Amino acid sequence: MTANDFWAEGEPVFDKAAPDGPVETRWERRKFSAKLVNPANRRKLTVIVVGTGLAGGSAAATLAEAGYRVKSYCYQDSPRRAHSIAAQGGINAAKNYRNDGDSVYRLFYDTVKGGDFRARESNVYRLAQVSVNIIDQCVAQGVPFAREYGGLLDNRSFGGTQVSRTFYARGQTGQQLLLGAYQALERQIGLGNVEMNARHEMLELIIVDGKARGIVVRDMVTGEITTEFADAVVLASGGYGNVFFLSTNAKGCNVTASWRAHRKGALFANPCYTQIHPTCIPESGSHQSKLTLMSESLRNDGRVWVPKNAADCQKPAGEIAEEDRDYYLERIYPSFGNLVPRDIASRAAKNVCDEGRGVGPGGLGVYLDFADAINRLGRKAVEAKYGNLFEMYERITGEDPYETPMRIYPAVHYTMGGLWVDYDLQSTVPGLFVVGEANFSDHGANRLGASALMQGLADGYFVLPNTISNYLASGPFPAVKATDAPVVEARKQVEDRIEKFLSIDGDRTVDSFHRELGQIMWEYCGMERTEEGLTKAIGLIRALKEEFWTRVKVPGKGEELNQNLEKAGRVADFIELGELMCIDALHRRESCGGHFRAESQTPDGEAMRHDDEFSYAAAWEYFGADGKPVLHKEDLNFEYVHPSTRSYK
Amino acid sequence: MDIKVRVWRQAGPSTGGKMVTYDVKGISPDASFLEMIDVLNETLILSGDDPIAFDHDCREGICGACSMVINGVAHGPEKATTTCQLHMRKFSDGDVIDVEPWRAAAFPVIKDLVVDRTAFDKIIQAGGYITAPTGTAPDAHATPVPKKDADAAFEAATCIGCGACVAACPNGSSMLFTAAKIAHLGLMPQGQPERDSRVIDMLQAQDDAGFGGCTNAGECTTVCPKGIPLSLIGRLNSDYRKAITKR
Repeated sequence: MTANDFWAEGEPVFDKAAPDGPVETRWERRKFSAKLVNPANRRKLTVIVVGTGLAGGSAAATLAEAGYRVKSYCYQDSPRRAHSIAAQGGINAAKNYRNDGDSVYRLFYDTVKGGDFRARESNVYRLAQVSVNIIDQCVAQGVPFAREYGGLLDNRSFGGTQVSRTFYARGQTGQQLLLGAYQALERQIGLGNVEMNARHEMLELIIVDGKARGIVVRDMVTGEITTEFADAVVLASGGYGNVFFLSTNAKGCNVTASWRAHRKGALFANPCYTQIHPTCIPESGSHQSKLTLMSESLRNDGRVWVPKNAADCQKPAGEIAEEDRDYYLERIYPSFGNLVPRDIASRAAKNVCDEGRGVGPGGLGVYLDFADAINRLGRKAVEAKYGNLFEMYERITGEDPYETPMRIYPAVHYTMGGLWVDYDLQSTVPGLFVVGEANFSDHGANRLGASALMQGLADGYFVLPNTISNYLASGPFPAVKATDAPVVEARKQVEDRIEKFLSIDGDRTVDSFHRELGQIMWEYCGMERTEEGLTKAIGLIRALKEEFWTRVKVPGKGEELNQNLEKAGRVADFIELGELMCIDALHRRESCGGHFRAESQTPDGEAMRHDDEFSYAAAWEYFGADGKPVLHKEDLNFEYVHPSTRSYK
Repeated sequence: MDIKVRVWRQAGPSTGGKMVTYDVKGISPDASFLEMIDVLNETLILSGDDPIAFDHDCREGICGACSMVINGVAHGPEKATTTCQLHMRKFSDGDVIDVEPWRAAAFPVIKDLVVDRTAFDKIIQAGGYITAPTGTAPDAHATPVPKKDADAAFEAATCIGCGACVAACPNGSSMLFTAAKIAHLGLMPQGQPERDSRVIDMLQAQDDAGFGGCTNAGECTTVCPKGIPLSLIGRLNSDYRKAITKR
């Protein structure tokens, strides 16, 4: 079986919205060239925003402030609960408040390099430029960032950068930033400028005359299906990490909004780029429903080890003599040691566990030991730095990390891939814009720490509100009616699917399929991928899909709050996405960023990129449930930051 | 562990409900409380019963979605812990555990353990913000904020909006929730221009939404997973007195 049994190659795709010329002025020039909408005309234009996290919440609030009519949707019971709330570490901005040599250019440089040269320079430069406005905006809203005694904002260094550019609010930066956006959104709801629809899930995109004109939604309380219309649709529906079942994402996070748009023609780019975070609390058993991340800062003082001999793995850590411990990160990477980047730390942990030297339930864990730090700094100092993390660990595991070393294991945390968008954040479907983690644009093959919050807010507060006007200036578009053929068809698709889920009445639960899909993805499309494994995974996923549609059991009715019906739709879409992820991973015969292909490594086991062959974004076109996806390549050009090889030895 | 749970089952907003007892056998002490319900739901589905509906999302104690009254206590027996962060090791083999939804006039039950908390959003809409339209902000360092004020504002801002305070209050009052937002914004210099209108409007909104009055019972702070202190209600009352006398 050759690779081309799985996909076909189509025409290249171009980012026609991106200005050329000096990178420093591209955003200025794009803003100037974009058409504007007269303030009096804005209230005649309606924008639908799906999702209320950092990107969606900030976009909805900002568009409403500008005078557009906004309809906002989220699956949670309140827009304040979007998963951005769980982000811990911080948000980067090129403020250079520390006078340590930071600049827009340096943040741009670090992000392009960190993305392993698989992101667009234009987008990343704009992100770095806008980063400074985000901090100003959030402070004006009253976001209680950490401050120094002089009253100025505190910064820390994050994710291996050499400057301190990360702003934070204890370990709850995402929560505080989201509450800022949420409060701005609630203000607009109160003023009547935003129609808020919580507990509503988008189940289909409506395209009329080639333009995105609305969505089909299900009221999750009553089960009522409605069609909602607008002049443009913005998806801010987050990432797809839950395709792995176990991830650090919230349980409700799903790909359905993006996937439905993909099936209707929006290209999906780089789906195989997922980020796996090395410091999560390991699984404790088959009941495990999600994984919890602990801040990476723990690796500053904790030492990672496993027993040298598999035979010692069942012993309590304290009974394993110093000479029988393998501090493998310090051994393999003597210069960076325990602070190697996320992907390297994650892969190394999996390798030692695969060798049978893992610790804890199922042998899926490595120790993160603070004994040395406690000896060196004293318990008090360790407590001051990490007290809340230690407490969280103890609450979840029942073990005291001051006495026994922590156990950690990698978990899926973020997805860099997403719907393909141009510089204006517009997808390949006119009028369909995609912001935040749901798009693919800024992180390339790997995201740096504290950059997700930056991108979400950059897109929502500053980029989209400027670019969407260029599109809306050609509106208002002709009114769409519920009786129009494409609307009737989209609605019928949703109703038929729900009917199908409820009528199969099989013998397996939705969760059992989701868990099985997750195991396939983790095993074959996780930290390390091979041609053989991916080919096998595609076969397994296809069989799973067949089984899902014949054996799933969804209890209850459509016309009520039915959480299993919600899950069924999400899992059905995750199964299709999983297959595309494997195909994308299979086609990319190189290692880059979060994507490690075992066939593409240096003699000493490091990731090897192939810029000659793979310096492009892979944008996939949907070709029917049984058709082959079609690959459209967007070539990446590096005029400023020239590709180099990462080395951490 | 083998336990029994007695769970509030209610088919819809307008129907009555009742406690129903279920056996949960062989649950791991390392499972979270919600994972125990997951396991129970899997067996209910396969035996043709309706699984228990409950709100949950991040399962890390930060989104504020989970909301169960466990053995009569909002979020259960563990101090400063959301339901999702409660683990079965805190219970004993053979326990019978009662599980009910938040009960408050302003939080009507939608189904089983799921309640409608949009009344909280209404309170925020009334004034729980600082008006700062995008693009209007001065440089972030234009106004220094004393560290102690910023820290105190942060502590108040850690409220997750779960509603345990309301569920625990004998009056179904949302005073601790409102007070936390009043304190967060009122402690920051940026929050001063709207300080008076904010407290008046938010208190009016909580009355309009059907929350009860505060009688300083203090149950709210006892169950608060983020430890929001009762003293913030005193601060709110002080702000309110000042605001109405200026009118």
